[in-house]
Amino acid sequence: MSSRDEIFASIRANRPQAERPLPEVPLFDGNPPASLLSAFKESLERMGGLFLDPPASGDILAPVRAKIANAKVVCSTVPEIAGNRDIGRVERPQELADVDFAIVRASFAVAETGSVLLSQEDLRVNAVAYLAQHLIVLLDPADILINLHHAYRRPEFRNGHYACFHTGPSATADIEGVLIHGAQGVRSLSVLPMPKAGSPSTH
Amino acid sequence: MSTQPEPAHVTGGTLHPELLAGDDRDAIYRNGKRLDHAEGTSKPLRAEPEQQPRGAKVHGNRPIDQAEAAARFIAAPEHEKMHDERLWDLRQKRDREMHGIPEWEELRSLASAIKEHTLTHLDEYLGQFEANAQANGIHVHWARDAAEHNHIVHGILNDHGAKSLIKSKSMLTEECGFRHYMASVGIEVIETDLGERIQQLDNENPSHVVVPAVHKLRTDVAQVFAKTIGTDPDNSDVHYLAEAERESNRPLILAADAGMTGCNFAVAETGSVVVCTNEGNADLSANVPKLHIVSVGIEKIIPRLDDLALFVRLLSRSALGSPITQYTSHFRGPRQGGEMHIVLVDNGRSARLGLGEFWTSLKCIRCGACMNTCPVYRRSGGLSYGATYSGPIGLIIDPTFNAHKYSNLPFASTLNGSCSNVCPVKINIHEQIYAWRRELVKRHEVPFVKKAAMKAAGELLSRPAAYRAAIGAADVALAHLPRFVIYNGLNAWGKHREVPHPPKQTFHGWYQANRGGKP
Repeated sequence: MSSRDEIFASIRANRPQAERPLPEVPLFDGNPPASLLSAFKESLERMGGLFLDPPASGDILAPVRAKIANAKVVCSTVPEIAGNRDIGRVERPQELADVDFAIVRASFAVAETGSVLLSQEDLRVNAVAYLAQHLIVLLDPADILINLHHAYRRPEFRNGHYACFHTGPSATADIEGVLIHGAQGVRSLSVLPMPKAGSPSTH
Repeated sequence: MSTQPEPAHVTGGTLHPELLAGDDRDAIYRNGKRLDHAEGTSKPLRAEPEQQPRGAKVHGNRPIDQAEAAARFIAAPEHEKMHDERLWDLRQKRDREMHGIPEWEELRSLASAIKEHTLTHLDEYLGQFEANAQANGIHVHWARDAAEHNHIVHGILNDHGAKSLIKSKSMLTEECGFRHYMASVGIEVIETDLGERIQQLDNENPSHVVVPAVHKLRTDVAQVFAKTIGTDPDNSDVHYLAEAERESNRPLILAADAGMTGCNFAVAETGSVVVCTNEGNADLSANVPKLHIVSVGIEKIIPRLDDLALFVRLLSRSALGSPITQYTSHFRGPRQGGEMHIVLVDNGRSARLGLGEFWTSLKCIRCGACMNTCPVYRRSGGLSYGATYSGPIGLIIDPTFNAHKYSNLPFASTLNGSCSNVCPVKINIHEQIYAWRRELVKRHEVPFVKKAAMKAAGELLSRPAAYRAAIGAADVALAHLPRFVIYNGLNAWGKHREVPHPPKQTFHGWYQANRGGKP
């Protein structure tokens, strides 16, 4: 008998015969925050993320340009801002080890937790979001969902091969509970609210 | 005057105020607020350097003497206090999160019901998971036990000529003795979680399922790193130590031939595995090398994505008092040009399903909340249990692996029930601990002194009148007995603690005198 068959036989022999129906899980969205964007920002900052407020000048990308002004290697997967490392030409993820800033767009965000979802389609090469020293994420404010129950109804989890909620930067407090940003992955995560080109919220 | 410490609420939730650091220079502030996400403490703590106490002495199959190792941990007061304080802090952060969610108790009830449903239909959901994962291009393997798991992984690595493996933390691989096995076949394993890496470099097991090096002080870590990665032995600055570890790990991550992760949840309807980390190290392990291997215990299955939402909301809040881990990663198939394998491991789980009183321990999602709240665990350290799983959940899981070797563990509990109260999937942990004591007595795995005391107690407890007489006599005796009678070697309760002052009157006596005559 194969190991698979043995395990299944053992489960069937030992499985409790108790009646345990599968309950439906409610969406728990009866008490939404007044502003999803403000709630998202507050949650993000609690988790160590940075929210790039649009400057008074109206030049939304100014805070991003300021951040990357002195960076040697910038890898961008978004049309809004150009980098100097073309992710389309990356053959091995290891080639991204020297990236200072990665700039990507999130599929959507979650107000409850301050998370942004980055899928394989958003990242092109998944490792860029972990090997870069810093990560900047563009987010369309129209793409913020109230909570994780709504988030897990999204198609990214049914169609794509990889998707990851990023909630603030890579962090650890494994030594005496002292919080460190930049454990093994990015040292900072900044979110810039910026509608997608052609998004209804730009009109 | 009582010698008991002030209750926590009097001192602002601090058990050991002497640990409060005068300055908070290690902390990160955002918009004037002190950040305490991930495993971060809610307040600055500082301990004095002190030699690290080591864990339980393991002698083959001999029963682990948890009390002996705990006594050595308690004899290192800086370690004991820091451990107690940090875990209690996690517990308080967990309470803070719980109070922020009105539906918390509903979430726990649903989580428990979903887990029980899944476990009673485990064969169906495992079959569904396997079919969906295979349809997504994932290779699925089955391992009856730890040895088979290790052989399968070794085989996959051999097929790829892989000699080095980066991995994220996985209690299942600890259970399988995976690192020892890999060392014996010449494959280098590099743990990528900071706490787990500290433990690997120090040749010690993780002492906690979520914070593996929580029993160590910064000065202990400085010594380990000085010996292994060449840091300055006199520099125990935490930022310096963490940065040095990051820099020493990075080249190993880039050069690794293969990557491995554990799995927090395996979703049957999509065939995906979900991994939660704070460091992003699972994503590095899975996304940098071409080959990704996932070790999954068969009880990790949940039916639907709707269920996943519930469990993700509960996990990190229960574990760390943080709304979510920094990274929640969903792997549904290999990335382009990559290869993905999943090894589904039984290792005693299907047999546990058949243990009438104990099968619900399989609901566990490994959050560690029961450990953080347990007064015995907080004061004895996870390594004192001498087993893969420590704390309350360990007491009810470890004996299923070896009832003789872990026969003392179910006695390392006050049965106060706090573990059951914080468990996000409502496992009746303290009742199972008690049931294990009974089971071990039945199997003759309990030493004579403990058994004789329990037998006497059992007879007493079964006869109310005799019990009342005995309690009255005991209270009189406790008030008048010389110290050596109470604090002798046979009474484990007298060790390292003051027995509370006996009441002047028993409750029953008071009730009879004051209310006894009323209808």
